This record gives sequence, C-alpha cells and structure tokens, in this order.
Amino acid sequence: MMAATHSPHAHGGKSIRGVMTAVMLALTPVTLWGFYLFGWTAVWIWTLTVSSALLFELVCLNLARRGGPASLLDGSAALAGWLLALTLPPWAPWWIAVLGSFIAIAIAKHAYGGLGQNPFNPAMVARVALLVSFPLEMTQWVSPTPLFSGTGLGPIDALEHVLFGEAIPDALTSATLLGHVKAEASRGLDLLASVPALGPGLADGIGRHAGSLGETGTWLILAGGLFLLFRGIISWHIPLAVLTGLAVPAAIGHAIDPAHHLSALHHLTAGAALLGAFFIATDLVTSPATAPGRLVYGLGIGLLTWTIRSFAGFPEGFAFAVLLMNACVPVIDRFTRPRIYGHGAAQRSAA
Amino acid sequence: MGFKDLLSNIRLSWGVHPEGHKDLTSECGISDMPMSERLVLPLAQHIGAPGRVAVAPGERVLRGQVLATASGVVSAPLHAPASGRILDIGDYPVPHPSGLTAPAIVLEPDGRDDSVEFTGCADPLALPPEDIARRVAAAGVVGLGGATFPAAVKLGLGKRNPIHTLLLNGGECEPYLTCDDRIMRERAPQVVEGARLMARALGASQIVIGIENNKPTAIAAIQLASVAFPEVTVRALPARYPMGSEKQLVEFLTGVEVPAGGLSAEIGVVVHNVGTAAAISQALRSGEPLTERVVTVSGSGIARPANLRIAIGTPVSDVIAYCGGLKPGVARLVMGGPMMGMILPGDTVPIVKGSSGILALTADEIPAGDPSACIRCASCVDVCPIGLMPMEMAARIRAGKADTAVDIGLKDCIGCGTCAYTCPAHIPLSHYFSYAKGSLAAGERSRLKNEAVKKLTTARTERLEREAQEKAEAAARRKAEREAAKKKAAEQAAREAAAGSEGVPA
Repeated sequence: MMAATHSPHAHGGKSIRGVMTAVMLALTPVTLWGFYLFGWTAVWIWTLTVSSALLFELVCLNLARRGGPASLLDGSAALAGWLLALTLPPWAPWWIAVLGSFIAIAIAKHAYGGLGQNPFNPAMVARVALLVSFPLEMTQWVSPTPLFSGTGLGPIDALEHVLFGEAIPDALTSATLLGHVKAEASRGLDLLASVPALGPGLADGIGRHAGSLGETGTWLILAGGLFLLFRGIISWHIPLAVLTGLAVPAAIGHAIDPAHHLSALHHLTAGAALLGAFFIATDLVTSPATAPGRLVYGLGIGLLTWTIRSFAGFPEGFAFAVLLMNACVPVIDRFTRPRIYGHGAAQRSAA
Repeated sequence: MGFKDLLSNIRLSWGVHPEGHKDLTSECGISDMPMSERLVLPLAQHIGAPGRVAVAPGERVLRGQVLATASGVVSAPLHAPASGRILDIGDYPVPHPSGLTAPAIVLEPDGRDDSVEFTGCADPLALPPEDIARRVAAAGVVGLGGATFPAAVKLGLGKRNPIHTLLLNGGECEPYLTCDDRIMRERAPQVVEGARLMARALGASQIVIGIENNKPTAIAAIQLASVAFPEVTVRALPARYPMGSEKQLVEFLTGVEVPAGGLSAEIGVVVHNVGTAAAISQALRSGEPLTERVVTVSGSGIARPANLRIAIGTPVSDVIAYCGGLKPGVARLVMGGPMMGMILPGDTVPIVKGSSGILALTADEIPAGDPSACIRCASCVDVCPIGLMPMEMAARIRAGKADTAVDIGLKDCIGCGTCAYTCPAHIPLSHYFSYAKGSLAAGERSRLKNEAVKKLTTARTERLEREAQEKAEAAARRKAEREAAKKKAAEQAAREAAAGSEGVPA
C-alpha cells in the first residue's frame, strides 16, 4: 500500500512531536518554579529522570526494532520522564529517579508494545510501584529551600546528596498537608486540631510548602493547563470532571463532618490533584476517546482520589485513581461510542 | 443569516478548517481554453455503466454528436466536444489513482466546428417534468461537483418518493477550488433557472441554495438572481470542511439526517451541485449537450492559476501548458480538491466530466511525515462528521478484520478525509477505509459469484441425478414392458400350444 498517494493531499499540521512539545511547554513554568523552590536537588532529580527515560526509550526502541532516533525524538519518553519527575520528592536519591524511569518506559510502555499501546499511564505506574516498594524514600518531604536563599544545597552538594543519598537534615524535613493530617489522624488528632498546626499558606496557590517537585505551584499548573486547553491539545472534559469528582464529595464531606473531612479547597490544592487533572489524567494514550467517556473517566478519578485520601491508608490516592480508571477505559470507550449519522433515534423532524 | 443558523453553527462539533488557498483563483474569471489537438474521451466518466460506443475509428463526427450511448438505467451518453475525426477507440490512461488504462474514444478536432442541429427551447420551464428529465439525460449531464452521478437519474427520484425540497450545493468546501464560486458569481441566473428546472422535474415545491459564508459575492449574486422567485431561499453555510458533503448539507439545511444506507430522497430531499444546475439550464436552453466544464487550475506549482472552461477530453498536460506550465518543486498532481481528489499518475490523462480542479501541489502543500503509531489522541473521533471512531476502524482493518470494522460503521464512512487530515501520527486513515471498502466489495462480489456457481453446480448435480433416475426408471419400465411382452408372448405361445394340442384330435 502506497500510503502517501491517497487523499487527503493536505494536512492540518498537527504532529505527535508538536503535541508533546506543547505539553512540555505548558509544564515549563511550574517546573522552573519547582527548581526555584526546592533547589539544586530538584534540578538534578528532574535531569536524571528525564535523561534516564530517554536512555531507556532508546534501548527499548532498539531492542524491539520500533524505529530509531525519530521515535526517540517524538517527545513521548521525555514527557513521561518529566511527569514522573514532577511527582517525585525533590530530595529523592538518584536510584529512585532511574528506577522510576525504567518502570515507566521499559515496563509500563514498551512491554505493552510501545507508544500508543500502553493501557496504563507510564508515569503513574512508576510512581505507584516506587511508592509501594520504597515508601520511606517516596515520602521524605522537605520544606522549600529556594535557590539563592542560602538555605539549600549548592549544585555540587546537591549532586552529592542525590548520588550518595546522605540523610536529609532534620531541620529541612517537613510534611505535606495530606501526609500530616493522615499521620495526626492515626494519633487520634482530628482535622480541627491538625490543620491549623500547619499554619496558613498551604492553599495560597504559590506552593511554598512541602510536596512533590512540581505539584505545589497551583497557579502555574493552572496556567499551563489553560494553555493546553486553548491550544486544543486537551479538551476541558477530563480536567473539569476530575476536579468536580474530587470537589463535590469533599465539599459534602466537609459540610457534614469538618473534623474528619478536609475542605474542597484543600483537596483541590493539595497533592497531585491539579497537576493530575490537567497533565496526567489527560494523557492521550490512556484516556477515553469521546467526550462523554472523558467525563465518566474524570469523575471516576476525582471520586476515587477523594475516597482513597479520606478512607484508605495512603495519604494521596491520585496515582491509584488514575490507574484504576485506566483499566476501565476500554469499557468506557465501548459504551460511549458516538451515535453514527443516520442511525438510531435522532431523525429529528424537519425544521 | 439568522439566529437559527448561528445556533446550528455553535452546535456543529465536527469538521476541520483547512487552509483555503482560494485566493489563488477566486478573482480569476472563467475564461475559455482553446481546443486541443487531440481529445481523449473515456467511456466511463460517470457513476454507473460505461457508455456504448456509437462511432467507428476513422469516422468524421460533428460537434454535439453522440459518441457513446447510455447503456442501462444508471448511465450517461457521451458527445463530441468538437467536429473532427475519430482516431482510435481503445485503452488509454484515465484519471484513476491506479494509473490503469480504460476504454476511451480519441478525437482529433478539425477546427471547423461543424455541429449537429441542436433543438433548444426558449422557455424550458414550460416543458413537462418528464421532458426536462429526458432532455437532461440526452445531454449527458452528470453531477459536476465531482460525484458524477447521472443527473437525470436523480431527477427521476421524484417518481418513487415525494420530494419536497431541492437543495443546491454551493458549499465548495474543498480548499483551492473556486469554479463553483465563479459560476455562481458569473452565471447566477443560469444557476437559479437550472435549480427551478430541476425542482419542476422533481415536483419539489421549495429550493434551498446553501453557500459557504466565505463566498459573500456569490451569495449576493444568487440572492439577486432568485429575488423574484419566492420558492428559492439562499442560506449561508458556515465555512467548514466537509460542509459540502451531501449528508452534512442535508442535516444542516433541513435538520433531518439521511437514513443510514439510504438516499436523501427517502426524506423528501434531493441535492444537486450549483455547476450541474447551470449546465442543465444551458443544455435545455441551447439544446447543446455537456461537452465542457469549468475547472479550477491551481496550486503553488502552477505558473498562472485560473478558472477555465475546458472541453471534456482535453489532456491535463495541455491545461497545464496553457496555464504557463509547472513551477519547479511540484510534488503532486491532483484532480479534484486536496481533501478528496485523486492523485494523477501523470499529465497524459484527460479532463473528464467530474474534474473540478487540477492542482499542482508543492512539497510544502502536501502532508509531510511518515505514519507513526496511533497515540489514541482521538482527534479523528472529534472531527468525524459521521460520528465514527476512525482510529478503532483502522486498528481493526490493520488486524485484517475489515468485516468487524463494518460493525462500527465502516460503510457509513463518506471518505471525506477529515480524520487523516487531522491525525498527528499521519496515519493514512482514509486510505485504510477505501482499501477495506474495496476489499469488502470484492469479497461480496466473489461471494455472490461463488453462490451463483454453487447454485449452478447443485442444479447440474440435481439434473444429472434426475436424468439418471429417469433413465433408470425408463430402463426399468422398458425392461418391465419387455418382460411383460415376453411373458405375454410366452402365455400366448402356451395358449396356442394348448389350443394346438386341444385341436389335435384324440
């Protein structure tokens, strides 16, 4: 079959590389902000994750003979690594980054057949595998130590920390909102006591608090997400459904029992909710193909995230929620097929 | 454009907005191209059965003389665009992506322009409806929008279904093409008269002319030409591809969908192209058959883009030469529009009745990039005007399961190419669907053939068995008869013997 000789003889100009580049562009502000907040260790962790993701991609492409450097440069591997890096603790050791990339690229993507074939979001598979296997390393959070503020490590010290895994100075360790309230709840302290103890500024949207590398800069994530919406890279359905699915039960729970349920605003701004709603749940490969399907999928992620956060053992449940809903995508797609023109009950009467 | 149009525009979620490139030719008025030295006229220029040759090589023909007659219910005759001599009747390259040849008549014009006597009609609107359809059929008019369905056959649809509305398609949503735009601007009265003639033939009481809103001059011209006729309304269509597809047009203008697998006539609507309307008006007034058409010659690779009235059968090479030749860097020659047109294997093929455009496209106008893996972005699902899931159909076809692609709508695909246009992975989706439809049709043909063979074989076996049985029965009967006769004879003999002995005196 001579692929190029059939109509159409025109093309809209969209390319896989263009899509991936736009997403990376949208992630740049929040990533740079993460670098600033958490200092040189964050820079090294991000660099290590992305470059090892590219390396594993190259190896897998060669092993599977799935096309050479052109496929490497489509941006999908770099983006998967980038997203994973943003969900890692900024002071994680090097092997967390490399192992995470290996799981994301070699196992979650290429073992299933490469680009477009993976049913589960590679970055989330990696994050969950790391979290379950290395809970200590994956939940060591630090307070922000902004660059040039003198509080953090210099580039060389930071590299040494990442490579040789020295203990994080106690003065720097901190807890995330979700981790803190879960831990306090296990000690019998309810939210009315535990939340005020963290002080103000948690939900100010600027992100000067402990968390993953790229999940705390609320306003920048939102800006990046809106950029993707306006560029037509993602549709509004998934982000809106995720945030609705999370906020509505949270608001109800909080209204009924504020001592045991965080407010909707806390849920939306804490953890991976925003980053996930705009950048992770919207992953093209692993999300449904139709608008109604995307709504169902997004609502499911939001609801599951709230459920896991509120009732399960883990403080954050976004990654689990995404993987669970990924598994439902074939079924969702099957039941949300668009109606085909001229079929079914839509023979509207003449206008 | 009213509030209702605005609402429907917002409601539309399908389609794409390809770059128009119409400014290359939209201000080029229609001009005549001189007659070529040799015309190649394929017998199959329309949907349906190819014409039956009515002339012989060496014969001199007059302009307008029938070269091939319609053969069958869905067919159209072919007429000589010029007087001259028939050089040959044989297989010649035709506009078909395969590059294969097909039967054609080669005519050498003699430049004298002697014509047969045409019987025109000063007031064609006074003709009885059947007469209109008959004259359209005799003039060999086919759908000039590119579908090339014999126009008269469509005018006969009113006999089977009551038709209330004739829709005239002035969408011209394909990029580059401006021939319909020019026809509407320059020949608006003819377009409107053609529409009224068709409505009369169909028994339709109203005419809606839909024109994309990127052609304001054409809209104004048609409005002006139809102002005296209350049955004619002009509606602006949102410029969006594939607005000019019959199904989309019908739904947008009437609010009703064409039933799957059916004709728009089943819901009382018939759609014709504006160029067809103009051709019908001209054919009925002058009595001259369709032997020329307006063609947009465009693309960055053409030295002088133009809208030309060209004799059917003119070689594309002559058209290109007349337009100043090709600029360097032409990567592809296309007949029709870029979205649904066909790639031309070469420039020796002729202009046919369905040639709306000749495009010389340079490398930066055509899709670049090799197909890669589907990333399930569902862009194709979002833009499909029919509500299909092209990525899933393509996956099934790739897996060799074209029959299961039918279950999810392969046969509803209109082949508009919107999915392939938008695909970021450059997957040739339309190509997959054409291929699968073709192989399914071939499969269906061979299934029918096998069934016929099987039926004949069974009939033969049955016949042989029956004959054998009959033979056996006949043989048995004869044997029984023989035996009975023998027995009878023996009895006779015995009786005679007995009688003889009796007769012997004791």
